[in-house]
This record gives sequence, C-alpha cells and structure tokens, in this order.
Amino acid sequence: MYSLEYDIEKLRSMAVRIRRYIIEMTHRARSGHPGGSMSSVEILTALYFAIMRIDPARPDWEHRDRFVLSKGHASPVLYATLALRGYFPEEELSGFRRIDSMLQGHPDMKGTPGVEMSSGSLGLGFSAACGMAAAAKLDKKDCRVYALIGDGEAQEGIIWEASMAAAHYRLDNLTAFLDHNGLQIDGRNEEVISVEPLTAKWRAFGWEVLQVDGHSFEQITTAVERAKGIKGRPTIIIARTVKGKGVSYMEDKAEWHGKAPGDEDRDIALKELEVVCSEC
Amino acid sequence: MSASTATRNAYGKTLVQLGKENPDIVVLDADLSQSTKTVMFAREFPDRFFNMGIAEQNLMGTAAGLAASGKIPFASTFAIFATGRAYEPIRNAIAYPRLNVKIAATHAGLTVGEDGASHQCLEDIAIMRVIPNMTVICPADGVETEAVVRAATHYKGPVYIRLGRAKVPDIYNKDEYKSQWGRGITLRDGGDVTIVATGIMVAMALEAAGDLKRNGISARVIDIHTIKPIDRELIIKAALETGTIVTAEEHSIIGGLGSAVAEVLCEEAPVPVIRVGAKDTFGESGTAEELLIKYGLTPGCIMQAVERALKAKGR
Repeated sequence: MYSLEYDIEKLRSMAVRIRRYIIEMTHRARSGHPGGSMSSVEILTALYFAIMRIDPARPDWEHRDRFVLSKGHASPVLYATLALRGYFPEEELSGFRRIDSMLQGHPDMKGTPGVEMSSGSLGLGFSAACGMAAAAKLDKKDCRVYALIGDGEAQEGIIWEASMAAAHYRLDNLTAFLDHNGLQIDGRNEEVISVEPLTAKWRAFGWEVLQVDGHSFEQITTAVERAKGIKGRPTIIIARTVKGKGVSYMEDKAEWHGKAPGDEDRDIALKELEVVCSEC
Repeated sequence: MSASTATRNAYGKTLVQLGKENPDIVVLDADLSQSTKTVMFAREFPDRFFNMGIAEQNLMGTAAGLAASGKIPFASTFAIFATGRAYEPIRNAIAYPRLNVKIAATHAGLTVGEDGASHQCLEDIAIMRVIPNMTVICPADGVETEAVVRAATHYKGPVYIRLGRAKVPDIYNKDEYKSQWGRGITLRDGGDVTIVATGIMVAMALEAAGDLKRNGISARVIDIHTIKPIDRELIIKAALETGTIVTAEEHSIIGGLGSAVAEVLCEEAPVPVIRVGAKDTFGESGTAEELLIKYGLTPGCIMQAVERALKAKGR
C-alpha cells in the first residue's frame, strides 16, 4: 500500500543511483565506510522501494514499518536510500560528515528524518529493534520491524543477548538481515574471530533462518514474504554479499571498509557504475 | 526517626500505581525482579513486564527501542550492572538520542552489605552524571522515592534513579512532601555551615545537625535529590550565607554529589567544601551498619567534617 510498485528494473537502477551516491558522499567527506555500504545496497533498496509500509511524508506515522541500521557505519547507504525515497532533499547528501550537517558519520535519529534509531556502536541497533518489535506486539499493531546487522557485528555479545530475547518473546514481526560479506576491518571474519556456523547458531537460538544472495532482489523479496508468514519466532535472512559490490577495485577488499575513495578512485567507480546503469 | 522503608520497596509499589494510571509504562528487569521489587509490577501487569534475563546490555537496548516506539520503560537491575555493564548502551542508545527511558537501579552503595565490593556500586552517580541529556536522581526515603518516580514519568527524557537495598528512616510525611524537579529541599535552616546530602545520608545529616546544635553550631541541611541538573541557586545561596559546605553521599567522593557541588561553587562562590563519602576505595562484606561506620558514613563523620569545614572557613 505504501510501498512503491515492485519492479525489478526500477530497483536495479535505483541501486545504481544509491551506489553512485555512496561513492560521491564518502569521496566528498574524505571519510566514511563505502565497503559495507555497497554490500547492503540491494537489501535497503528492496526494503524501502518494494517491501516496507512507509510514508516519507510522515516519518513519524505510528503504523509504519521500521528499519534499523544496526551496522551504523554503513550510514551512506541509509542516507542515500532515504533521500531517494523522499525523506529529505538529495542535496543534503553533500553535507555527509560535515560540520552543521544533519547527516552524521553514524545515524542520528534526532537529526535525520527517516532514521529510526541512532546507531554506530555495534549491536545496539539490533537490541533496540527488538524493543520496537515488542512495542508493536504490545500495541497489537501489524507493523513490522527490520534490522540490518553485519557479520563482524555478530561478534558482539549483545547480538546474542538480543537474539535470545527476541526468540523468547516470539517476535515474529521482527526480520533481521545479516549482511554477510565475510570481511571486517582487520580482515576476513574467520581470521579475526570465526562467526560460523551462522545458520546453526541462529537456529539454535530459536530463529527461522533463511539464506539469500544479498544482491538478488528476487531472492530478498521472496525471503521477506516467507518471513512474514512465519509465526511464533523471528526470522533472520543471511544475505551472502560482496563487500564493495559494484566497484571492481573495492570488491571483497577489507581495506575498503572504512577508507574513502580519492579523486581517481571516484572517477573509476562512477564510470563503472554508469556502465552497469546503462545495462539496466 | 523510624527505619521503615527501603527506597527499592517504595519504587516497586509506586510502579504498580503508575502502571494502573498509565498504560504506556512498561518495566524491564535482568533477573533481579525479586530484589529490585519490579516483581510487584510483573505480577500486576505481566504483559507489560519484560524479564530480559541476565543480559544488561540488551536490557538497555530493548528499553531504548520500546521508548522509540512511544513506551515509557523503567529498566531495573542493580546499580553496578546498570551503570557498569550497560554504560555504553545507556550512553549511545538512550542518552544520545534522548530516549524516554527511566533507569531505576537498586542496591547502590555500601548498604548492599554482605555481597561485598563486587556489588557495592560507589561510582554510579559519577558515570551517569557525565553523560549529556541524563538526569540523575537519588531519593532520601520512601516518600521522596514515590515522588521522584512519579515525576520521572512526566519528564520526557532519560533519567537515572538511584535506589538502595537497606531500609532507611522516613524523613518526609507523604501528605506534606513537596518537591520540584531539579530543586533541592532545605530541611533545616542554619547559619554556620550547610550540609548538602543525598540519599541515605540526608537522614544522617539531619541527625548530625541536631547534635551540632547542642554544641552551639547552627547547620543548614539541604536534600539534593536531583544531582543533575543540580540546584545551583540553592547551593550558591547556602555558600554565600553560611560560608562553608559539607557534602555527604553513599558514593565515592570522586565524581558524585561532592564533586557536583564543588563544581558549582568553585565557579560561582568559592568556599571550603569538605566531602563525606567513600574515599576512593572499594567496599567489602559486612552488615550495612558495620560498613557505614568503617567507611566513614555516619552522623559522627559528618560532624567531624563540619569541624574541618568551620576551621577552613575561619582561615
């Protein structure tokens, strides 16, 4: 009802526009986190342009679905998505990480329309999303809560505290996405601290676990539809993704976790993203 | 004065009342509901009570999410776990976005007693006070507890309420008690010295003031239930009128009420300030009474501090 018409081609071209903004924002700010923003573009695009019941003109509408970016360092993907969805003017994106801008380095719910929860300290957003889902249950509202966490973020203890509680309280209105790009700042997950087996872990914690290609709109939207039908327990969609997706030199490189593209990097990236765009 | 109510008990009872009055109030605990007394609310309103298990970070994060959805969550556990284990969730998920969460922590201070140093939180005021957007309250008795818990629900924003395990003497009469958010209460007038106290030390300050009177010393006593924002006006006035201040708290002398008072006075009205409190030390096991004596938190200790303050003032 409040989501836009579901059209794969439109979603694909929107994803390219979001990716271009991620490059431009981090380049202009000379800081920020492009890698993990690029890996979750399809997830946010699908949520905001095809799945969630939202109304950008009324960001405080009480029956809205909610999305919490628990991996708050991926703020560029959230800001670009919110702007393109109409929560605030696209011109605001050029203020990312700058003094007096409404777009803080990590999401600030008080300053940015559409941001549901301040995040950036890993794990906290996921926990807050559980609270939002519990509140919706209490009020017998049919709104749904979505949260996006990173695979490195799954190393935080609070993720498992919250996972235990969400299953205990049967928060079937909660759907989490795990942006499983396999990389974190210091390298591959398995070199830093192994997070696998993720599916078995969440199943053992009482969750429904679905697996998708995190860059496939068909798989993402199908999984969310399935999650909506699962009663009595929350669902996590483990999305296999590529860090830095869409830009050849960034793909699957941990070094692009928190490094901004320089002038030349930006030019190459935008060129590559244009090529993809003309194909879609 | 009669020892009658532990502030945690008054908290539990007040929650039940508030629960009847306001359907938006929800309560969260971390497997200590019998001790924090949130069990009273849990029995009455099981749907609005969330036992989060022994997981304090998630206790605070979930409370933040409930508040973001319009609820008024009271999150309770022991002070050491609330402010220690969950410090950063409180800072980043509650205080930074100024969410309407009330953190009501019990078992603060030495009067936890036999559990010992690991459970005796003497630094919670300091670490809550330093967080922007956070209001910090430490009521002196059951009546004041009910009043501040009620007031906290009408205030929109994060509040830390410090409560105790042990019974404390009744200072206030419920029918006569009046307090204003952020305003201290002058319980006794005096011109020679002002004792500024919070929590269980208020009753001791009154006792000390009575004994000082017999020695010909006129001590003013102020109850500072709201440590942040502190009643600057009242403290400055007391400093100007009595020339010296003694602070008393069941908390470290670093970062708590004594520090808050000294911060105001060194900028606005420098007078000698003598702090009664735990002197940069951990506690230990023992009865509450034994611990208060051993760690210098008695009316007698306040009197000694007054003597020092008067000497310093005369210099």
